[in-house]
Amino acid sequence: MHRLATLFFCVSISPASLALWNNPYPDSKTNENILYSSFSERPKHLDPVRSYSSDEYAFIAQIYEPPLQYHYLKRPYTLVPLTAVSMPRVIYIGADGSRLPHDAPVIDIAFSDYEIQIQPGIQYQPHPALARNIQDQYLYHSLSGEQVNQVHELSDFKQTGARELIAADYAYQIKRMANPRLHSPIAGVMAQYIVGFSELSEKIEAALSELEDGAFLDLRQFRLEGVTVVDRYNYRIRVRGKYPQFLYWQAMPFFAPIPWEAEHFYAQPGLKEKNITLDWYPIGTGPFMLAENNPNLRMVMARNPNFHGEHYPAAGDEADHAIGLLADKGKPMPFVDSAVYSLEKESIPRWNKFLQGFYDNSGIASDSFDQAIQFNPQGQAALTAEMSDRGIRLSTAVATSIYYMGFNYLHPVLGGNGERARKLRQAISIAVDFEEFISIFRNGRGVAAQGPIPPGIFGHHQGQAGINPYVYDWVDGRPQRKPFGIAKKLLREAGYPDGMDNTTGKSLVLHFEAIGSGPDEKARLNWMRKQFQKLGIQLIVRATDYNRFREKMLKGKSEIFLWGWNADYPDPENFLFLLYGPNSKAKKNGENASNYANPEFDHLFEQMKNMENNAKRKKLIDQMVTIARRDAPWMWGFHPKDFSLHHTWVRNTKPNLMANNTLKYVRVDPKLRATQRQDWNQPILWPLGLIGGLLGISVIPAIISFRRREKSTAL
Amino acid sequence: MIAYIVRRMLYAIPILIGVNLLTFILFFVVNTPDDIARSQLGDRRVTAQAIDTWKRSHGYHKPMIYNGNAQGLGKLTDTVFFKKSVRLFAFDFGRSDSGRDIGYDIGQRMWPSLAIAVPTLVVGILVNITFGLFIAFFRGTYIDFWGVVTCVILLSVSSLFYIIGGQYLLSKLFHLVPISGYDTGTNALKFLLLPVIVGVVSGIGSGTRWYRTLFLEEIGKDYVRTARAKGLSEQRVLFRHVLRNALIPLLTGIVVVLPLLFMGSLIVESFFGVPGLGSYTIDGIQRQDFAIVRSMVFLGSVLYIIGLLLTDISYTLVDPRVRLQ
Repeated sequence: MHRLATLFFCVSISPASLALWNNPYPDSKTNENILYSSFSERPKHLDPVRSYSSDEYAFIAQIYEPPLQYHYLKRPYTLVPLTAVSMPRVIYIGADGSRLPHDAPVIDIAFSDYEIQIQPGIQYQPHPALARNIQDQYLYHSLSGEQVNQVHELSDFKQTGARELIAADYAYQIKRMANPRLHSPIAGVMAQYIVGFSELSEKIEAALSELEDGAFLDLRQFRLEGVTVVDRYNYRIRVRGKYPQFLYWQAMPFFAPIPWEAEHFYAQPGLKEKNITLDWYPIGTGPFMLAENNPNLRMVMARNPNFHGEHYPAAGDEADHAIGLLADKGKPMPFVDSAVYSLEKESIPRWNKFLQGFYDNSGIASDSFDQAIQFNPQGQAALTAEMSDRGIRLSTAVATSIYYMGFNYLHPVLGGNGERARKLRQAISIAVDFEEFISIFRNGRGVAAQGPIPPGIFGHHQGQAGINPYVYDWVDGRPQRKPFGIAKKLLREAGYPDGMDNTTGKSLVLHFEAIGSGPDEKARLNWMRKQFQKLGIQLIVRATDYNRFREKMLKGKSEIFLWGWNADYPDPENFLFLLYGPNSKAKKNGENASNYANPEFDHLFEQMKNMENNAKRKKLIDQMVTIARRDAPWMWGFHPKDFSLHHTWVRNTKPNLMANNTLKYVRVDPKLRATQRQDWNQPILWPLGLIGGLLGISVIPAIISFRRREKSTAL
Repeated sequence: MIAYIVRRMLYAIPILIGVNLLTFILFFVVNTPDDIARSQLGDRRVTAQAIDTWKRSHGYHKPMIYNGNAQGLGKLTDTVFFKKSVRLFAFDFGRSDSGRDIGYDIGQRMWPSLAIAVPTLVVGILVNITFGLFIAFFRGTYIDFWGVVTCVILLSVSSLFYIIGGQYLLSKLFHLVPISGYDTGTNALKFLLLPVIVGVVSGIGSGTRWYRTLFLEEIGKDYVRTARAKGLSEQRVLFRHVLRNALIPLLTGIVVVLPLLFMGSLIVESFFGVPGLGSYTIDGIQRQDFAIVRSMVFLGSVLYIIGLLLTDISYTLVDPRVRLQ
């Protein structure tokens, strides 16, 4: 018996039999079909009317379903129906109300009607706002104080219900966008296009001012002229003029449906004080629903039992086929039962948990870059042996973003369309070596930009046809920055030989608006100074915080600055409008931060912006890009390259920089993950024994000393 | 003593008003209401009208501290400062600029902070007193010398090093505990082990030196010599006499921090992913959420004042000679 007990003890403490001590998740979940990931920034809003950032879309895009979505695999990015039966039918209307042909001139088009038909039978997720009793009355729409007192989270409501998605829910959400108290970030844009939007905003504001703060305002009683609910499954949106980009907005959560019952439910007194609001507890029709909502710790998405069903795409290119991205084609989605996102603010624990197998995917922070990535002699990124041995896969994609260094066009020296300023800007554009910047400060994660349009967007040219001839030459099959002598020549022609101002005889002094002043930033700024110093120009850095920087930009008081733009949708208009004169930040509070103004460019932009992608549009875009390259209002900077890592048990991961609802495509192999975790995380116990032993040994001299003292005589 | 406590509480009111005013001024020196609105609405496509609407609906459209257009007392009360501050004195923290109820969030997030802070404090005190007594016991020997040297080394190391080192050794290398995370109930234990160990170890250097100094000061006093002269053993002298009499300065250090345990630790919570009040404060600062910053500074000030008051009261409890007047 004694031997048996000893044997049992030895077995029970042997490492092989131990559960993983460092497993941050319950052991019971080890073999479950769950995706584990992390988020670093607590989402601010989960209400689709307000959310406008990627960390919020990571959650709500899995829950809310707008009528359209991006095809997961196809490139260039392609819109496909989501809850819509087919792509919206677009009808052009003339000023007299007549229907115009599809190829009608833009100037003749007074309105565009988008007719959308949604699929019947789609149900909302189970939610207390939709719970009804047998008399068909809502169970939780008139909560008593006592009921509210017993509730702390949404899950405390025991009954849930669902109902069918109808076209009126989409109309309701568009009206919510017009509610000024909900502060929708795109309300200003939509007011320009959706007919009657501004008028509705005013009416809602007037109605709200007569209600108590937070009281329910039933938007169904308000009419929005530009939105018509045709029948249960059809609705129509009327926008002013021709606006083809409107379709892209239909793939964003702003245009996802909200049932009126949800607003009514959450507006009840007492719930807001417990943070039970629509802003924190979404209600959608998507493949997942928010099962646990603790943005300070963990967000858990669980499979929506009422999901209408969707199948993995069958179309993809050869490369997709080769790496197995089409192995699941036609299979019902989603593949995982739930997804657990843990808040991980610091990059070191996040990275280590990924290496231990507790996160299924990870980005690469700069401090762990060398551990994960190495560049081969051809300059291509590849995984290090340590990563490859673990079966980790690397995905890279050039982001549909641009980081540019802008010149303020209102500045007397740097700005304007005069030849002198233009040559100065061109000279600086050649001198500031962004290839070096990418190499030093971004670990090679970026592509030097040749113009405002990133790769993957209509109008971008690859290869020799795509280089900026004012800054690059095409040498040995790749773009090469022009010789420095050209920059000096341009500078001399601009009236600043060797950086000396001809008129004053003094060195040219320019100012750079820098945000932040940490050690990393200091190195970047030193590098920047050196780039200008090559031309003999003295660059003075004006370090400031982001608020002051933004203020300077709004007032047009900057000279040179670094800023960026991330695409809302994959259309060249979304980048070229950053250079459109009437969008000047200083004059019109627009997004044209450099306040660039060229009538020729603006005229072409006005023609191009409302066109469909075709050869004519491409020609216009080429002309615009040529003008912008010549005028050089920006040093074109770089397009960042996203690197992400996935464990071998994660499948169907393809970077899609426009789609946010990608969780449904991902598949995991929990058994393989459990095995790998077990191999990688066996507890090592000998250090505990060693520490105990060392402590024991260190006490011995004290014991000896103590005994000696006890035995010694007082005198 | 009651009169003393009442008086101290009345003193607290102008202090809290001053702290609140200072926080207000410091915050709005670097952030304008427009900045706050922009940080809440985002940078993209935000119109001037949207900013105005946001400020109006959040009460940031009024003059900051003095309203020249108002009449009478309204010149001071119809301002952002007054409207945002007065409710704090009733511990009504209101809503954050992003719309969440701050009081509710504080109520939720103080428990994780306490879950780390209380065991770290208790275990830390026990360990530090033990080491302090141990070194004091062997005063003047090589144990004392090397003990002090070790303490100086330990207290010279940055707390960040302990955190990263602890995560590297115990979790990454030896796989003994999770690197970071938190859970509720008993599931929280495995997550608390590492931050508590790190908290205790990082405090050993300064704590032990502090307690050693206190004990050595007591050891040199006459009553200790008398106790020894009576023939008491050294252990008895230390534990029965020195330790008890060193309690007053010990209490000074301990009681004053007790209320502040609620506030959590900024760095520890951030690195270990603990959803406490420390990380709440950091989030508020990073997001330019004035409502959260103001509430947390106010709460911290109140707790600090309570801590000082408790310290005074505790003096009377451990030393009958002390009277509060």
